[in-house]
Amino acid sequence: MPVKHEEVDALLPLPPATFHILTALADADRHGYAIIQDISARTQGELHMSAGTLYRSIQRMQEQGLIVETRQRPAPEDDDDRRRYYKITAFGLAVARAEARRLTQMVKLARARGIAPETR
Amino acid sequence: MRLYDLLLYLYPASFRSEYGTEMRHIFSQRRQMASFPVAVIGLWISTFFEILVNAANVHWDVLRQDLRYTARGLARSPGFALTAIVVIALGIGANTAVFSITDQMFIRPLPFPDSQRLVQLWENTPDSARSEVSPPNYRDWHRMSSSFESMGAYVGSNGTLFGRGYPRRLGGAAVTTGVFAALGVEPLLGRSFVSDDERANAPGVVVLSHGFWQAEFGGDPKVLGMSLRFDDATYTVIGVMPSSFYFPTRNALFWRPLSDSTTTDLNRGNNFLKVVGRLKVTVTTVQAQAEMRVIADQIEHSYPQNNENSGVTIASLAGSIRNEVPAQARLLIAALFGASLCVLLIACTNLASLMLTRGIARQKELTVRAAMGAGRQRLVRQLLTESLMVAVLGGVAGVFVAIASVPLLATLAPADVPFGQPTALDIRVLVFAALLTTLAGIAFGMVPALRSCSAAKLAALRTKSGTSVRREWLRSVLVAAQVTASIVLLISCSLLIRALWRIQAIDPGFRIENVVTVNTSLAAAPYADLTRKLEFYSRVLPEVRALPGVASAAFISVLPIMTGGGIQRVNGVDDDGASLRFVSPDFFASMGIPIRLGRDVTERDTLDTPLVALVSESFVRRHVAGVDPIGQTFSFSGGIRTIVGVVGNIRVRGLERDSEPQVYLPYKQMPVRVGLLYSPKELVVRSSIPIAGLIPAIRQTVQRADPEMLLQVRTFKEIITAQTETRVVHAGVLGAFAGLSLLLAGVGVHGLLSFRVSQRLPEIGLRVALGATTADILRMIFRQSLLLTSVGCCLGLVLGSAAGWWIRALLAGVDPIDLPSIVSAAGLAILMTATGTLFPALRAIRVDPATVMRME
Repeated sequence: MPVKHEEVDALLPLPPATFHILTALADADRHGYAIIQDISARTQGELHMSAGTLYRSIQRMQEQGLIVETRQRPAPEDDDDRRRYYKITAFGLAVARAEARRLTQMVKLARARGIAPETR
Repeated sequence: MRLYDLLLYLYPASFRSEYGTEMRHIFSQRRQMASFPVAVIGLWISTFFEILVNAANVHWDVLRQDLRYTARGLARSPGFALTAIVVIALGIGANTAVFSITDQMFIRPLPFPDSQRLVQLWENTPDSARSEVSPPNYRDWHRMSSSFESMGAYVGSNGTLFGRGYPRRLGGAAVTTGVFAALGVEPLLGRSFVSDDERANAPGVVVLSHGFWQAEFGGDPKVLGMSLRFDDATYTVIGVMPSSFYFPTRNALFWRPLSDSTTTDLNRGNNFLKVVGRLKVTVTTVQAQAEMRVIADQIEHSYPQNNENSGVTIASLAGSIRNEVPAQARLLIAALFGASLCVLLIACTNLASLMLTRGIARQKELTVRAAMGAGRQRLVRQLLTESLMVAVLGGVAGVFVAIASVPLLATLAPADVPFGQPTALDIRVLVFAALLTTLAGIAFGMVPALRSCSAAKLAALRTKSGTSVRREWLRSVLVAAQVTASIVLLISCSLLIRALWRIQAIDPGFRIENVVTVNTSLAAAPYADLTRKLEFYSRVLPEVRALPGVASAAFISVLPIMTGGGIQRVNGVDDDGASLRFVSPDFFASMGIPIRLGRDVTERDTLDTPLVALVSESFVRRHVAGVDPIGQTFSFSGGIRTIVGVVGNIRVRGLERDSEPQVYLPYKQMPVRVGLLYSPKELVVRSSIPIAGLIPAIRQTVQRADPEMLLQVRTFKEIITAQTETRVVHAGVLGAFAGLSLLLAGVGVHGLLSFRVSQRLPEIGLRVALGATTADILRMIFRQSLLLTSVGCCLGLVLGSAAGWWIRALLAGVDPIDLPSIVSAAGLAILMTATGTLFPALRAIRVDPATVMRME
């Protein structure tokens, strides 16, 4: 299903929690706790998302069609039936990309004014 | 973990069932990772706040979603939305408007700081537990007591304002310095009274009410220092009270100091002061009562003559003030409040019924949502959001209805309480409206929501709805309840209208058409002197009689109907009173009171001739029955009077009260110093042409005789109308309520039967196909409507009679179980249900069997 630009733009800018969750799900389907751990690892422990924030975001993101609960489960020995796995949708990916583009653009603007460090 | 599970209950059920297990799981892992007690405590604290914030957010998300959904749904069915909002707006509007008055009358604390510490002190005499206080007793209480932060005495004291246009009579009060202090209110401008102002010969000072200051001086602060002439003295304006200050009643526009000449009056039997006190923070009413008892005993000991067995009663100021509102006025408002609740009840049942129908229409949608995994609780919540949204929209509209209707009810609001005119734009009233709105929303939303959702589940299992039997039963109950409530209102309203008619039909004993009355200030100085009064009469009466169109004119002490007092003993017997009026010749002709026997009073009946009297027929029956009354004598008002004439009975104490026998004495035989009440001061003029055109000329004639005289001109028709004004408004409002409820009940019946017919179309089609006649079908439809009506009627008649019994004090003797009222209420209800049944019935008999069968 083609992704409509206006639908993507309507969701921007994304709340930080939403962006983090999308990023966490970009490379693999994960369950809730794994998402928290992934975010924590990627931010060197800076951001420790609470369960409440996570699931409230997940609920809203499911309604917005950014992620879905997946039926595919990992191998039984890794699985825990209390867990639910989430998967990013094509729409979710498009939104995450658009948000990344927007953030890059902002950083560029900031650099041009000398208020953000050049990293190379 | 149990604590965590409890915390999870802060989330909506749908969220909890969806994510609760996982959240619990994540928390338990964190809990295991936290090894030190400090870390555990930190985890709990952060979790607690995190859940608090997030749960609120999730609730908000759900609410927003539901609101959006509801708004879309309502926009799709504007007819339903509009009906529902109007119905609820009328219900809430009626209640809010009535509440604004009820609140002042019964509930609201007095508008003074820490008003629970304000008490009223009464003398407790053998005659009455709550008697006013004599000035010397008050002064002793004030001096000897230590339970009060401050104490003050006051008495209602009206005054005539001169020098600003026509002389005007204004309501006011005389207060000691302690009154404002006890009430805890400072003037907005200037100062309040100090003890120097109370000295007997101190220069006159006056404090004005905010309303009077605004109306008379346009809110000009330069009013301070201005001189105003009240009665025969000049007063300097020293202060203006704040806008919210009213005391002791709404009608007090100015306050003068209660000067020492009044408070030092040494007569301990002259009780006329009211006393207000503010208890010290540490003192309870019981303690104050105990102290005052000791003081009262000491006073009794020192002055046994006037204080035998007397004590002090202390009661809350709010209660005392409210107690003085006549019981009938209180009942009037309580009845109105009951009626408005009845209207709201009908509105809610009506809406519940509407919502049920809507639930059925939306069953498919709900079924789909249930099938897609929406929990029952989630659906109920959404439906409740919808009814609450309707209620809130209706509530907002209702507040506007209330704002518009409060002025119409203002006649019913008692002026005897220290509050401003009631208004709907008042925080307490608005909170009440909000509360009512929420309750109404839940009341009419809850049952239909629960029903629809359980039906949704059931229907998910079946293809065709089979749940309508129970639901229809519920709707029938709702409709029957509406019929019941509207019959209760109809009966009460009809009783009140009959009471009104009865009062309006009362023959006052005189003719009110083309009679104008002019109230003069002849009782007061400078006319206290008899000669001055007689001069005035002999100048004014001939001039007024000479006006073209005037048939006759006369002076009398007190108008019939108007005053309750003026009762004197006949032949010295205590319980045998007759009302006394001094009249000038022609009074009976002016009022149209027939002279049955003998003659009128004449100008020749003076203090130099034998004392004579005219008496009413009721007087003759009571005191001189069986003999020719003319020439009989009786002792009355300090003299032996000879009866020279007998006149018809009149109502002296208002239309609704029985009257004592009446005695009329010639005005030239009044004592040299006659009491204010008895001094002839009311000019009564009858004209042979329509009276309205004569009023200016009469007014000018009297004013010419004394340009400074305060005059109040009214036609007798106005006086009689004013007697029933409150009742007219009350019956009107109740009538509007009854009409509204009847209409709503009609809509309810119509809705139910329409639904019923549409559900039974196939059955009806089948019946027609099998040979049922139109009459059979009609009978079938009307049978149900008749059943509903008769159940509603029976209950309504019982409850309506109970309501009638409750308000019997308002019924002016109409029997609470009044056949015409009952019959007309039942008749109207039957007519209304018949109308409501008409359209569904027409639809049923137009059913084409072929079409219906095909649809099946």
